[in-house]
Amino acid sequence: MNHSDTICAIATSLNSSGIGIIRVSGEKSISIVDSIFRGKNKLVDCDTHTIQYGHIYDNENIVDEVLVMIMKAPRSYTTEDVIEIDCHGGILVLKKVLSLLVNAGARIAEPGEFTKRAFLNGRIDLSEAESIMDLISSNSELSMKNSIKQLSGSLNKIIVNLRDKILYETAYIESALDDPEHYDLTGYPNELDKKVNEMISSIDDLINSFNSGHILKEGINTLILGKPNAGKSSLLNTLSRRERAIVTDIPGTTRDTLEEQITINGISLNIIDTAGIRQTDDIVEKIGVDKAIDSIDDADLILFVLDSSRPIDSDDEFIINKIMDKKVIILLNKSDLVSVISEEDVYKKYNKNVISFSSVSLDGLKKLESTITDMFFSGDVHSDDTLYITNSRQAACLTNAKNSLNNVLVSIENMMPEDFFSIDLMDAYNYLGEITGETIDDDLANKIFSEFCMGK
Amino acid sequence: MSVVEETYDVVVIGAGHAGCEAALASARMGQNTICFTVSMDSVALMPCNPNIGGSSKGHLVRELDALGGQMGINIDHTFIQSKMLNSSKGPAVHSLRAQADKSAYSLRMRKTMQDTDNLTLRQAEVTELIVNDGKVCGVKTLSGAIYHSKAVIICTGTYLRARCLYGDVIEHTGPNGLKAANHLTSSLTANNVEMNRFKTGTPARIDSRSIDYSKMEIQLGDTPVVPFSFSTNPDDVQIEQVPCYLTYTNEKTHEIIRANLDRSPMYSGVIEGTGPRYCPSIEDKVVRFSDKNRHQLFVEPEGLNTNEMYIGGMSSSMPEDVQYAMYHTVPGLENCKIVRNAYAIEYDCINATQLKASLEFKNIDGLFAAGQFNGSSGYEEAAAQGIVAGINAALKLQNREPMILDRSNSYIGVLIDDLVTKETKEPYRMMTSRAEYRLLLRQDNADIRLSKIGYEVGLLSKERYDHVVEKERLINEEVARVKEINIGARKEVQALLESYGSIPLSNGIKLVDLIRRPELDYDKLAPIDPDRPELSAEVREEVNIYIKYEGYLTRQEKQVKQFKKLELKLIPEDLDYDDVSSLRIEARQKLTKLRPANIGQASRISGVSPADISVLLVYLETYKKKK
Repeated sequence: MNHSDTICAIATSLNSSGIGIIRVSGEKSISIVDSIFRGKNKLVDCDTHTIQYGHIYDNENIVDEVLVMIMKAPRSYTTEDVIEIDCHGGILVLKKVLSLLVNAGARIAEPGEFTKRAFLNGRIDLSEAESIMDLISSNSELSMKNSIKQLSGSLNKIIVNLRDKILYETAYIESALDDPEHYDLTGYPNELDKKVNEMISSIDDLINSFNSGHILKEGINTLILGKPNAGKSSLLNTLSRRERAIVTDIPGTTRDTLEEQITINGISLNIIDTAGIRQTDDIVEKIGVDKAIDSIDDADLILFVLDSSRPIDSDDEFIINKIMDKKVIILLNKSDLVSVISEEDVYKKYNKNVISFSSVSLDGLKKLESTITDMFFSGDVHSDDTLYITNSRQAACLTNAKNSLNNVLVSIENMMPEDFFSIDLMDAYNYLGEITGETIDDDLANKIFSEFCMGK
Repeated sequence: MSVVEETYDVVVIGAGHAGCEAALASARMGQNTICFTVSMDSVALMPCNPNIGGSSKGHLVRELDALGGQMGINIDHTFIQSKMLNSSKGPAVHSLRAQADKSAYSLRMRKTMQDTDNLTLRQAEVTELIVNDGKVCGVKTLSGAIYHSKAVIICTGTYLRARCLYGDVIEHTGPNGLKAANHLTSSLTANNVEMNRFKTGTPARIDSRSIDYSKMEIQLGDTPVVPFSFSTNPDDVQIEQVPCYLTYTNEKTHEIIRANLDRSPMYSGVIEGTGPRYCPSIEDKVVRFSDKNRHQLFVEPEGLNTNEMYIGGMSSSMPEDVQYAMYHTVPGLENCKIVRNAYAIEYDCINATQLKASLEFKNIDGLFAAGQFNGSSGYEEAAAQGIVAGINAALKLQNREPMILDRSNSYIGVLIDDLVTKETKEPYRMMTSRAEYRLLLRQDNADIRLSKIGYEVGLLSKERYDHVVEKERLINEEVARVKEINIGARKEVQALLESYGSIPLSNGIKLVDLIRRPELDYDKLAPIDPDRPELSAEVREEVNIYIKYEGYLTRQEKQVKQFKKLELKLIPEDLDYDDVSSLRIEARQKLTKLRPANIGQASRISGVSPADISVLLVYLETYKKKK
């Protein structure tokens, strides 16, 4: 890690809807922001501690209307040149501005990094050192946990696979350089060109899926829980307004978790449908049940579905006990049928929000939406910021890896000697490694020795 | 009973490639030095391959030479064939490799040692270190003689408790049947030095008269030959060279090996030491790369005064009869006679993380170590460490700061940093891919990188240093001049471009842009650059490289700047990592064990995360302020 380059991060919590501040700190912060900002004056020409009005641009497209505050070194929090950008366009726009900054040469800050710099530059009192160190280590562990959690199995596989390919090609080149009498590189650049193009296109696919949000599990992690056939899948379908889950009246139809991203009044929810929870001997179903219980920990909000046409039984009680300390909305489903449970009783018993609901008549849907919105704006429910930061960092790593691979193509085109290729190949390898949290160590030497027969 | 008792400044144990460089450096820096060898006939012995240099190893020799070492000069006088490897690749991976006349190499080094002031070469086995209060005070030899000294450098190579094996034959000797050193290990363990056991191997030597060279491909040396040493006049190395030969194993060879694997001590479990993966025995190659139906073999002369030929690529620990059978399957070796058997050798060495980057032990003051004893392999790796240990022992006695080479200025720095920072699980070999700034660490600019250091420690002569300063000045001046030159689309320009198959100009262009075209270079464009001053080949080469690869070089220079920032953040030697509560447990244990000298080194320890480094930075800041 570099300790003096220019870093950026979203400085405000992501929950509070529209407005957010992005902070940039480091030697190049003014020139980096200047490259994406257009106002009356260039920031580099503006006085310190002034606020400039203008727009953030992505090439010729306006991304957001912003206020920019300039704090030149050393009169800033970190004692470096610091820029703060007040954005107005909501979470997606913040994310976009952040990625523009990264493309312009900034790096997403590590947990606690602004504070660390402030401290190292003598800005913060000694007495706070201990807490800063704790912050750094606990946050980075959390973010590591998150980044691993974030990586779906398939994404992880793609990256591991890509890295392996890159390492193999590098090891091939290096073996030929170490042992030129054993390995010949004639005609190799053309072959490599093809392979690197393939790698770039699979990275492009990844970048696109990050951007379109299909992998990016942003927003409020909302878990739908309930015993089998309480109507969880119908609820997911109602909320996402399409047939995502297979709905049948056979209990236990949803055996794995299903996910859907929806937006309610501008708030992004990542809804996870789970298998119905009950005591079961079916091995496959049991896996789904265990998974559902496991995911309770990571949920920001739980929609607990009760079948109001049946009395509360031990399966319901079992679930309730697991979620008492979480933010919960209890839905009394099937309000279109004859109800045997009353809203009032349930509220008294569990002290949670209770809503009568019907996936058939859509009774209660509006109330559910407004309750979620209220909980969000009251700060009762919020998403995990570190998750978001992790995502941005991963996206930035992908972009960096792609740029490095493009450099390889340029070197091939310019007919540079082969040893130049491995420099950029290894850069790409390391960027991808940052996503999966792998350390570099002696991968290359190991690969050379294991794949290529060398020596005397 | 009275024993011999003598006093020196520095004792060097071993006169292999590390020991010779260490002893020469220390003596030349004015320290009264004694160098012990188990046999006067094994000074600078090359018990394995008959080469000096090769990919990345050639870099080490050049660097050693720039510091004022002997290896480059010695091989320039005793080589019998020479090649620049990778000459069609980028300048960073060009590497010199020479075939040595082994006995000439050894004899010349012995004489150099014996002719050096302040240096005593002595045949005796050192059996014991004398350590008082964590400080080394001398050594004892087998006869009981005591040699007092203020510093000791251990360069025991592969001799410590060595045993040589092939088939079920085990000989308790060092390489080539030389006496093993069986006592020193226990003295080291008594002083809490942590030992490892490694193994390596060597192929058979074959009588040249029994080889049919007509079935092999001939391999000739380069003309002209490029010398290793910056001090050697290129005219002096244009000698008549001897050829090497190339042949291959085949399925028959592999069948014999597979059928007899159970008779190899490697596979029967007799060998305990860890062997190198990059230099596998032929058994290993056949087992690990079973899809390959042949392996290359290089048949190389061992010298001008012997008929022995080295069979590179076929080291083995198979029994004698199997060795005959497998060598006889190789084209050209059908009737070959073995002069010396192939064998594997096991030896004691240390975990080098016990050393500082100066190669002094962290726990024993004045005790240094270099070479294969530190877990490396190769003559060049050994010599490179030897000179560093020798220089630092001398500097210590002169109360001067140690010379620390780092990853940004030399392969030697990379080598030592890897050895003292990462726990090496097998004999360590240099590779260009280990050097992250290799574009800057070229064999052609080793003198520019290191002569100043060699001169300042007092090893390199003023004359040689002045030459480098002047060379650098000429390079900078010429680069600046060339950058200003514009070339018009004149007729002679177009003709010159055409003659090299380069696209003609439509407009004027900068000369540097022409030099950067892949089919052109600085020298080729001389005819259209009339104001060019007359410059030596070494200066022209640097100018060309600098201009051609400027973009890449600048990029690496920037990375080096970042690197340096962390290297300069020193960690106090007495820092107690248990006080840094936010460190993860694994990191704390590793840091406590390795005690890195600076933040940069700490960040390269496996198991220390970037977050741990951040924590450490914050802690160091508070530590500094409290003091």
